Amino acid sequence: MSSREKILQQVKLNKPSETALPLHYTFESGYENTEVKFKEILQAIYTEVIVVGSLDELKEKVEEMYAGVVNKATTVEALSSWADFSLQVQDPHELEMIEIAILQAEFGVAENGAVWISDRHLQHRVLPFITQNLAFVIPRNALVNNMHDAYKRLLDTTGWGCFIAGPSKTADIEQSLVIGAHGARSMVIFLVEN
Amino acid sequence: MSKAVIEHAEASETFNKDESYVDWHDETLWFVRKKRDISSKLLPEWEELRETASQIKHYVLSHMDDLLETFEKNAKANGVHVHWAADAKEHNEIVLAILKQRKVDKMVKSKSMLTEECHMNEFLSQNGIEVIDTDLGERIVQLRQEPPSHIVLPAIHLKKKDIGDLFHEHLGTDAGATDPQYLTEAARQHLRDKFLTRRAALTGVNFAVAETGAFVVCTNEGNADMGAHLADVHIACMGFEKIIPLQAHLGVFLRLLARSATGQPITTYSSHFKTPRQGQEMHLVIVDNGRSTQLGRADFRNSLKCIRCGACMNTCPVYRRSGGHSYHNAVAGPIGSILAPNLDMTKNADLPFASTLCGSCSNVCPVKIDIHDQLYKWRQVLVQGGHVPQAKEIGIKAMSMVLSQPRFYQWSGRLGRSVMRTLPFMVNNSLNPWYKQREMPEPPKESFRDWYVRNRK
Repeated sequence: MSSREKILQQVKLNKPSETALPLHYTFESGYENTEVKFKEILQAIYTEVIVVGSLDELKEKVEEMYAGVVNKATTVEALSSWADFSLQVQDPHELEMIEIAILQAEFGVAENGAVWISDRHLQHRVLPFITQNLAFVIPRNALVNNMHDAYKRLLDTTGWGCFIAGPSKTADIEQSLVIGAHGARSMVIFLVEN
Repeated sequence: MSKAVIEHAEASETFNKDESYVDWHDETLWFVRKKRDISSKLLPEWEELRETASQIKHYVLSHMDDLLETFEKNAKANGVHVHWAADAKEHNEIVLAILKQRKVDKMVKSKSMLTEECHMNEFLSQNGIEVIDTDLGERIVQLRQEPPSHIVLPAIHLKKKDIGDLFHEHLGTDAGATDPQYLTEAARQHLRDKFLTRRAALTGVNFAVAETGAFVVCTNEGNADMGAHLADVHIACMGFEKIIPLQAHLGVFLRLLARSATGQPITTYSSHFKTPRQGQEMHLVIVDNGRSTQLGRADFRNSLKCIRCGACMNTCPVYRRSGGHSYHNAVAGPIGSILAPNLDMTKNADLPFASTLCGSCSNVCPVKIDIHDQLYKWRQVLVQGGHVPQAKEIGIKAMSMVLSQPRFYQWSGRLGRSVMRTLPFMVNNSLNPWYKQREMPEPPKESFRDWYVRNRK
C-alpha cells in the first residue's frame, strides 16, 4: 500500500465523529471612516498613504518624490514614461537592480493595512519583494474594512497573490524592530481618485 | 538530533544559572504576550473568532480524509506535484529525490517547523545538499549550529552581543558591533546573494485550502517569497493538519494568527500560492509522522488544531524561565509538550511535567486547544505506561498515598510544619529541588483544618 493510501486509511479510521462547520464565520468592523482607519494602521507600520486626484497628479507627485533615482520600474501604464527600467526580462533575477517599483494593486484592507496584489497585475511575482523600495497604486474607493470583506472580494485567486502590509521587517535581534529585512525597505501607497 | 536528551528539569537548571539573563528572557517574552493582549482587545469579536476557528478546525479533524483528497485533486489540477510521506524519513527522502533529479545541491529554506521535526537539514547535509535558512532568526541559530528555541522567534534566547560576535565571525561585521539595524543589514546582503544564486527553495505552509488547492505562507521578512519566486523548483512541506475547508475561512485564521503571535494585525506578507509560475516546478509534500495516530487519541487530538502562533509559549511561566531548548523538541513550550509524547513517549515523558497547569496557555490559544488539560492527561498516560523515571513515580505514589488517607495527611502536615520551623536546614538545602532558585516559605503555625476545628463554633 502506498503512503497515500496508508495515511488516508488511518485518518478515516481515527477521525472523530462528524461535526458541522459554523454557519456564521464572518464579522463586521463598523469603522466610522474606512480610509482614516487604513491610513492610521499603515502609519503605525511605517507606510505613507498619499491621496491623488488623478493619474496626471500621480505622475507629477511621483516625479517629484523620486527625482534623481535610477532603476525605476512600474506596472502602472500612466507612469510608463517615468520608468527607466523595463520589466520585459526573461529571467526574474535581472530585477535585482530595481531601486523603486510602483505597482498597480487591487484593493486595501483597513483593519491591518494590507494590500492585495496578484498575477493579474504582475508579470513577475518576485517584483514586490526584490525591489529595494515599493509603492502601490490602488483606486481610492477600493478599500474594505476587514479580512472577511477582503475574502468576499476575492472569490477566486489567480495563480498567485499576496496581502502585503508595509515594508519588510524583522525583530529577530532582541525584539528590536528593524525595517528592511529581505523585502522592500520602504512602502508608499497612492490612493487614486476615480 | 542524535545528541543525548537532557531532561527538561536538568536543562532548566543550567538555563537558570545566570539570574539576570533569565529575568531578561522572561520579560522579553512577557512583552510579546502583552502586545498580543493589546491587539486582541481591539477586536470586540475576538472571543467569537477563537470559537469559530476552533469549530472550523474541529470540522477539519472530523473530515480530514475528504478534505485531503479534495485538496490533492485541486492542487494537482493547478499543476502542483503532490507527494505523501508517512513519516519523517520518507519526507526527507522525497525532498532529496526532487533535488537530486534536478541536480540541485544548494537550497534556500524559509521557516518550516515540520522540517525541524523531521531533522531534514541534517539529513540533506549528510547527502551533500547545502541548506541555507533565510529567516533572520533561523539563520542566526543555524550559524550557531543549534535548533530554534521558539517557533515564531527562533533566536529569542540570544542577546545582541551573541549575534554581533557570531556575525563578526561568519559575515565579517565589525568586531563588537551590536546595533540590530547594522546586523540585520549585513544579513540582508549575505542572504540576497543566496537568494540570487539558489535554484531550489523550500517553504513551510501555514494554511492549505481544500476548496482551491492553494496554500498560504506567512512571513514578516519576505524571505519565503524571495526564495520561491526566484527558484526553478519550489517545495512546500506541510503536516496534514494544516488543511482548512474554504478560502473564506482564511479571514478567520489570518485575523487570529499574527495578533496571537506578536500583536501585529497581520504578518507583512500573506502569500497565496496556487499554480507554479511559468517554467517553474512546484511540489507539495503532505506529511503524517504520527499525526494520524494523534487523531485517534480522543483526549489529545485537539492538539492538531494548532496554527503555530507561539502564544502559549510567550505566556507560559515555565517556558519563559526555562527557554525553548530545555524542551528538546522542535516545538517547545506547552503545545510542544502535548505534541511531543505522541512522537516518542519515553524520550518526551518529562515534558508534560514541565508545567504548572496554571491554564494560561489554554486562555490565549487562538483555536481554543485545552492545552493544560491535555498536559494533565498526558501525565497519567505516561505514568501508567511506565514511561516516567522511577524516582518521579515513587514520588507520585507517595503523594497519592498521603493524599488519599486523611489522618496520615494531617499527621504529615504537622510533621512537615514542625520540621520546617525547628530544623529549616532539612528543607533549605540543595537536595530539595523546590529550594532551587527560590526561598522556602515561612511555615504556618497550624493548618487550615486545625484552625477550622478550633473556630467552627
